[in-house]
Amino acid sequence: MGILEVKDVGKRFGGLQALSNVNLSVKENSVHAIIGPNGAGKSTLLNCLVGKLIPDSGSVMFDGQSVLGRAPFEINQMGISRVFQTPEIFGDLTVMENMLIPIFAMRDGAFRMHAYETVANEREVIEQAEQMLEEMNMADKRHMHSAALSRGDKRRLEIGMCLSQKPRLLLLDEPTAGMARADTNNTIDLLKQISEERDITIAIIEHDMHVVFSLANRITVLAQGTPLVEDDPQNIRGNPKVREAYLGESA
Amino acid sequence: MDAILLQILNGLDKGSAYALIALGLTLIFGTLGVVNFAHGALFMIGAFCAVTLQRILNLSFESVDESQTDFLGNPLKVKTPYVEAWFGPEAGAVIIDWSVPLAVLFAIPIMLFVGYAMERGLIKFFYKRPHADQILVTFGLAIVLQEVIKYFFGANPIQTPPPEALRGSLDLGVMVGFDPNAIIYPIWRLVYFVFATVIIGGVFAFLQFTTFGMVVRAGMADRETVGLLGINIDRRFTIMFGIAAAVAGLAGVMYGPLNPPNYHMGMDFLVLSFVVVVVGGMGSLPGAVLAGFLLGILESFASTTWATTTIPGINQIIIYLVAIIILLTRPRGLMGRKGVMED
Amino acid sequence: MLGLDKKDTTLLIIVALLTLLAPFLLNPFPSDSAMAQFNAGYPDLMQRFVIFGIFAVGFNILFGLTGYLSFGHAAFLGIGSYSAVWMFKLFSYNVIPAIALSVIMAGLFSLLIGFISLRRSGIYFSILTLAFAQMSFALAYSVLSNPKFNLTNGETGLQVYADDPQMFHRDGLPDLPHLFGLSMRSTYTLDMGAWSFDFNAGYYLCAVIMMIVFYLAIRIFRSPFGMMLRAVKSNQQRMNYTGLNSRPYTLAAFVISGMYAGLAGGLMAAMDPLAGAERMQWTASGEVVLMTILGGTGTLIGPVLGAGFIKYFENIFSKINDSVLHGWFAFLPDGMEDFVVAVLHPFVGKGWHLTLGILFMLVVIFLPGGLVEGGTRLRNWFRGKRSGADDKPSGKTEPAE
Repeated sequence: MGILEVKDVGKRFGGLQALSNVNLSVKENSVHAIIGPNGAGKSTLLNCLVGKLIPDSGSVMFDGQSVLGRAPFEINQMGISRVFQTPEIFGDLTVMENMLIPIFAMRDGAFRMHAYETVANEREVIEQAEQMLEEMNMADKRHMHSAALSRGDKRRLEIGMCLSQKPRLLLLDEPTAGMARADTNNTIDLLKQISEERDITIAIIEHDMHVVFSLANRITVLAQGTPLVEDDPQNIRGNPKVREAYLGESA
Repeated sequence: MDAILLQILNGLDKGSAYALIALGLTLIFGTLGVVNFAHGALFMIGAFCAVTLQRILNLSFESVDESQTDFLGNPLKVKTPYVEAWFGPEAGAVIIDWSVPLAVLFAIPIMLFVGYAMERGLIKFFYKRPHADQILVTFGLAIVLQEVIKYFFGANPIQTPPPEALRGSLDLGVMVGFDPNAIIYPIWRLVYFVFATVIIGGVFAFLQFTTFGMVVRAGMADRETVGLLGINIDRRFTIMFGIAAAVAGLAGVMYGPLNPPNYHMGMDFLVLSFVVVVVGGMGSLPGAVLAGFLLGILESFASTTWATTTIPGINQIIIYLVAIIILLTRPRGLMGRKGVMED
Repeated sequence: MLGLDKKDTTLLIIVALLTLLAPFLLNPFPSDSAMAQFNAGYPDLMQRFVIFGIFAVGFNILFGLTGYLSFGHAAFLGIGSYSAVWMFKLFSYNVIPAIALSVIMAGLFSLLIGFISLRRSGIYFSILTLAFAQMSFALAYSVLSNPKFNLTNGETGLQVYADDPQMFHRDGLPDLPHLFGLSMRSTYTLDMGAWSFDFNAGYYLCAVIMMIVFYLAIRIFRSPFGMMLRAVKSNQQRMNYTGLNSRPYTLAAFVISGMYAGLAGGLMAAMDPLAGAERMQWTASGEVVLMTILGGTGTLIGPVLGAGFIKYFENIFSKINDSVLHGWFAFLPDGMEDFVVAVLHPFVGKGWHLTLGILFMLVVIFLPGGLVEGGTRLRNWFRGKRSGADDKPSGKTEPAE
């Protein structure tokens, strides 16, 4: 029984069957990659997991509870954090403020006019934010406007913001898309380190096979909206069906 | 039964105006992604095209008629409009009489040009700016246009009568078997409704059956993809803006006889037209037309003596009330598509 | 001081000095000189500066922080005015309960309208607020003013009549809005040589209230709550995926700004016990948008500057007529003079709205950050000049967007 169980999920957009009979089981503390050619339905699947889309059929269970019908903020409170393809951070705010907000939200996400409530609380929140910035190697940039950060720094900040919430499942949507090789490698190292040091499950959608094979210990191949195979990385590499799916797309 | 039909008919003229303005708003919004608060001003400019043409046609020269004398015994000065001098008194009089319908022809090039100038001169620079900026700059433009018109034409409404032949009323009830005088309907309202239907039909046919329209529709659905096809979508959108301006302008030209044009008529219609667009569904052309007529008819029902004595002033707020209810129950509007202008 | 850092304290002190010394600052010209028409230091206008300043500061809490553009805030101002006048009619001319009721009523209405409008964002939100405002206007103008049930007195406007109950009105009290007996109209005129300065009770009440609410606005801007609001503006998607429901935050901001508007409306009625529907029209909402943008959206001082700027020019421009223009340009040769006057004529007097519209467009197009950004640019430009060519890049801080 995995921490995330996707059963028979289907989703239709008008005449296009984007997903059909998707079954997926992500084991706790694993790094699970979902790969597939363009248009295979990877992003649709991800959106179904975080509440942006509601599937037409099937079920999505996180830690034994259904996520369907819940708003994105409620799903986040269950312990799922999402990293976007292009870093989604609070561009108008400073790096430090970016880090404070998820830590406020982590307590319960409830609305408060006064987010700190007590001074002890304030100190604790700020300490946690400082610590996470240290870990992300961004402490010296804490007063910078986050919109002015480099692409790689924005990505690190976003991952840091997600981690500061101590999620149980981290979802990454092509985290290295559009990155230079050096940034990509840095991101791979960061993610490796996260999965080794923390009690966390990672599900990653990725196009870049280099990233996938450096990180994943389980891979699901999606093609035309339905899973082709689910296996360990070494078996995926040689699988003829997978080759066909990719070659078929490029031909 | 006849009373209900009468109210439906009474709602058609306002409904037509709402539908035409909302259609233009939706075209601009759907193609260019711009929220145009100056669209009401285009409607108003259209109406003043009719006023202008009327004044041009009435330009006269003075001559002295020796055969007649005025009450002081001096030779009578007669004013003769140039058109009467050029085309003969009878033809000239007919031309003057038909100035409002003629203004349609006069307004088309003007409105196309105004639309083109607006898009190239101002709106173009706001595609990438936030919606709030678009709203604000077009709001400013609307104020400017309205004040310019006020400066030239004054603050009072100006009469633009329909042609003699189209004044008066028809007894529509008799034609469909009701008692005489049950449904008396002014001819010009009927003309306006037919005119609006023709324009709406024309716009839809244009979008449906021409290559240009096809590209524009594709652009409304997904602007980026069409851009990738290598089609110069921006130029087509400029033309689209001109067309939307023309639609609003023509709606204004023909509306003059129903309600004498004044400089703030655009603002008055603008707010309601936005409500119409939202009720119909942002980005949906059929929705805009449908909602325009529906709300026009609804307003007419709310204006009956029965309704206004039951709830005084209901006719003033009914549209807003309905809009709020619809937005709360069907947030996408009557015919809105998913994914258009959602948060 | 008062929980503010040094920069904000300075700002607060500057605003306090400006408002308290306004009777001097706004009357720089001797009262019988030709320039006296540019004096703005008379009570009526000063009150409007401050009241619209409050309105704009409140509007900025919503628009500047969350980015939600409301086109219906004038409705709350109107509700505030009506509430205050009703207080005068029923109980007494004392302004404190009247203003309190204005704020409460505006708060309740903004809670209701905000709750519905904030279900949508972006342009939908703007149009919803616009629809609500127009509905309120129609309600005030005609629906709620009929023989059976007259709440607003329609076109005439709501005012206090001699046969109103005024339960707590006593004989010794002024027959005008007052603060525990101190009439809002009482003015002390100080003559100093050729100058004359007016110190008006009503103005100082408004000024003190403005300082309080300006202080509150600073606190809101700097608080974690303010940070959350800026986060909503910056990236609502990230907000949702961070486990925060943005709606309570935006609703709180909406209600707060609605209460500011109600306060402004209440003060307006306290200065002149009259409430009319035209105050609620959507063009009036547009005006506060303009003040905020002209001054500088999202800045603290901007809306106050914007409100003062617009109200000052409205006043001055609308007073200029052709004869004043002829007076100014009398030094030109006759033909020239007539030409210049003819060119300027459409923009002054009744044409003030044209100037306003043009100003609106120019600011949105060229100076999205408003006067505050203009000031910053100027300062940078001067600095760049002084320090020479090697420092040029730092002088250029125009936003790239």
